[in-house]
Amino acid sequence: MLTAALAIAGREFRLAVRQGFDSLLAVVFFVLACVLFPFGVGPEPAVLARIAPGIVWVAALLATLLSLDRLFQTDYDDGTLELLALAPLPLTAVVAAKVAAHWMMTAGPLLIAAPLLALLLGLAADAFPALLATLALGTPALSVIGAIGAALVLGARRAGVLLALLILPLYIPVLIFGVAAVDAAAFGLTVRPHLMLLAGLSLAAAVIGPPTTAAAIRLALR
Amino acid sequence: MNGFAGEDLVCERGARIVFTRLRFAVGLGGALVLVGPNGSGKSSLLRTMAGLLAPLAGRLTWDGADVRGDPFAHHQRLRFVAHTDAMKPTLTAIENLRLWAALAVSIDERSTGEGNADTRCRHALAAFGLAALAEVPARYLSAGQRRRLTLARLLLAPSRLWLLDEPRTALDSDGAARLDAAVAAHRQGGGIVVMALHGGPYPDGARFLDLADYRAAATC
Amino acid sequence: MHALANPSRLVRLAGTYAPWCAVATVVTLAAGLFLALIASPPDYQQGESVRIMYVHVPAAWMALFCYSCMAAASAVALIWRIPTAELAAKATAPIGACFTFLALVTGSLWGKPMWGTWWVWDARLTSVLVLFFLYLGYIALSTAFDDPARGSRAASILALVGFVNVPVIKFSVDWWNTLHQPASVVRAGGPAIDASMLAPLLVMAVAFTCYYLWVMLLRLKSEILAGKIRAIQLRRMHG
Repeated sequence: MLTAALAIAGREFRLAVRQGFDSLLAVVFFVLACVLFPFGVGPEPAVLARIAPGIVWVAALLATLLSLDRLFQTDYDDGTLELLALAPLPLTAVVAAKVAAHWMMTAGPLLIAAPLLALLLGLAADAFPALLATLALGTPALSVIGAIGAALVLGARRAGVLLALLILPLYIPVLIFGVAAVDAAAFGLTVRPHLMLLAGLSLAAAVIGPPTTAAAIRLALR
Repeated sequence: MNGFAGEDLVCERGARIVFTRLRFAVGLGGALVLVGPNGSGKSSLLRTMAGLLAPLAGRLTWDGADVRGDPFAHHQRLRFVAHTDAMKPTLTAIENLRLWAALAVSIDERSTGEGNADTRCRHALAAFGLAALAEVPARYLSAGQRRRLTLARLLLAPSRLWLLDEPRTALDSDGAARLDAAVAAHRQGGGIVVMALHGGPYPDGARFLDLADYRAAATC
Repeated sequence: MHALANPSRLVRLAGTYAPWCAVATVVTLAAGLFLALIASPPDYQQGESVRIMYVHVPAAWMALFCYSCMAAASAVALIWRIPTAELAAKATAPIGACFTFLALVTGSLWGKPMWGTWWVWDARLTSVLVLFFLYLGYIALSTAFDDPARGSRAASILALVGFVNVPVIKFSVDWWNTLHQPASVVRAGGPAIDASMLAPLLVMAVAFTCYYLWVMLLRLKSEILAGKIRAIQLRRMHG
């Protein structure tokens, strides 16, 4: 089963590499969305530094959301998904492999771009590690919850907008704890409880998410 | 009895009964050809046989045992070729096959056939006349070549049951001949094949199932 | 349970009980409004605007109650494969969304004299706002497919996912709120609530519940009948 899961994840990576720049579009969007804020609120460093964690996190949320439409949609359209559902391993494992690959390919670039953006927005240097830690701990929950939504909207009209409506409210807890941790670090407070909560969210999502996603996919394949 | 059978299957699609009280039985090495007009439920029956669709009523059995008792065993023994080709245009022909080869390995460690995954992929490609195109990205393949590549998936590892939905679509005469040879070899080894076909030639000794015979009565 | 799973019997049951729910709604609503607007005293702090609470609080309760009903019906539908339960959840969603919207509007109206502004990012109001989006997501998903059965099934899964998330969202919003504005907001209700205020609250809550049952039964009935009409049309087409 492990070899099969690795084969599925490996194929996702290979596809991402072949599609080249396509896979980096989400991180380009992430950077662009963050860069828009100084134009919106003015270039005053104190204001930007104060809202930097929120900006980076909201942009990360939206970038993840944008990357989700390819998670199952192309596989659904070309019939790969039904063959994967017929593979002799649980669909939950297939989902877990695909979501893990998706997380590595979206969160990885976000983690690399985030410090750069924090620098542009003038985030306090003390808060940099916290920002990276929250992104690393929180983005798994984003990918897993997003996968549920991506599976639910398979075959729907206007799937993209619908996905945003389904998923963004569910992202609120991750956003709150993520930003709270970075804020705490910027004010010199303890970060640990926030990080623990984020990790807890990601763990809970990882337990509940894949079986739910698998159920939604089975429904889409009927 | 040995083989694959369905008892009193009822299939519903979007509040419509597509076919009802459908029965069939195929013995080892047998072939079942599904015929019937468009919309009579050939694809739905194949998807039901594969386990993608749950029948509204009735059951499918393998060697007399309900396939729902062990869905993974059923998945292990079957290969399903639908209208879609499950190809990624950016991957080469052989890369496209490799995932299915890897899944076929994990299916059944004992009977993966000869050689490692790569050799098996190349054998399967050669059987459908695609050996020279192994390293070509799938987006450059013609419709017929893509079809051959889809069918090559059948040969990655031995399996007991082939479910083919109009497999000859887009194939030229050479491709059709290669398909017939593959089906014949599969049946020689005791494999069962169920295929939806529009017109012959039909496999030797095939049984026919006309889905028009199982339409639900049009009463309100 | 099996009686409820049978669509035809359910239509008959809905037809029998809906008028009774309608009568109960009218009676309790009249009594509740009388108690809330005339018979109860103004609050010593909030003055007359406390009367908004007699709509706001039951509406907020109903928002949660309807979502719980939706999740329960969805769970029944998914576990026991009962399509009528899916239809019940689907019938509940717009009613719940309306109660949620009512809670938001009345909260905002109450906030103007109390806080001096139409909207405050108070923990409760914010949670209700998120709940409203959850309802919108459910409704959008249930109608987004060409096959209605597919839509209500997918929406059932979403309702369960949302239901699991409601406490998490509530907790995180409370946490967020205490971080940013530590307990500066006047809270309505609280433990010390006078009987003269509790009575109209409870009667209004009963009235809202009766209203919910009434409209839900009507909607459920029309959903089932619409399904039957679709089936007949399909049979005509293919027959």
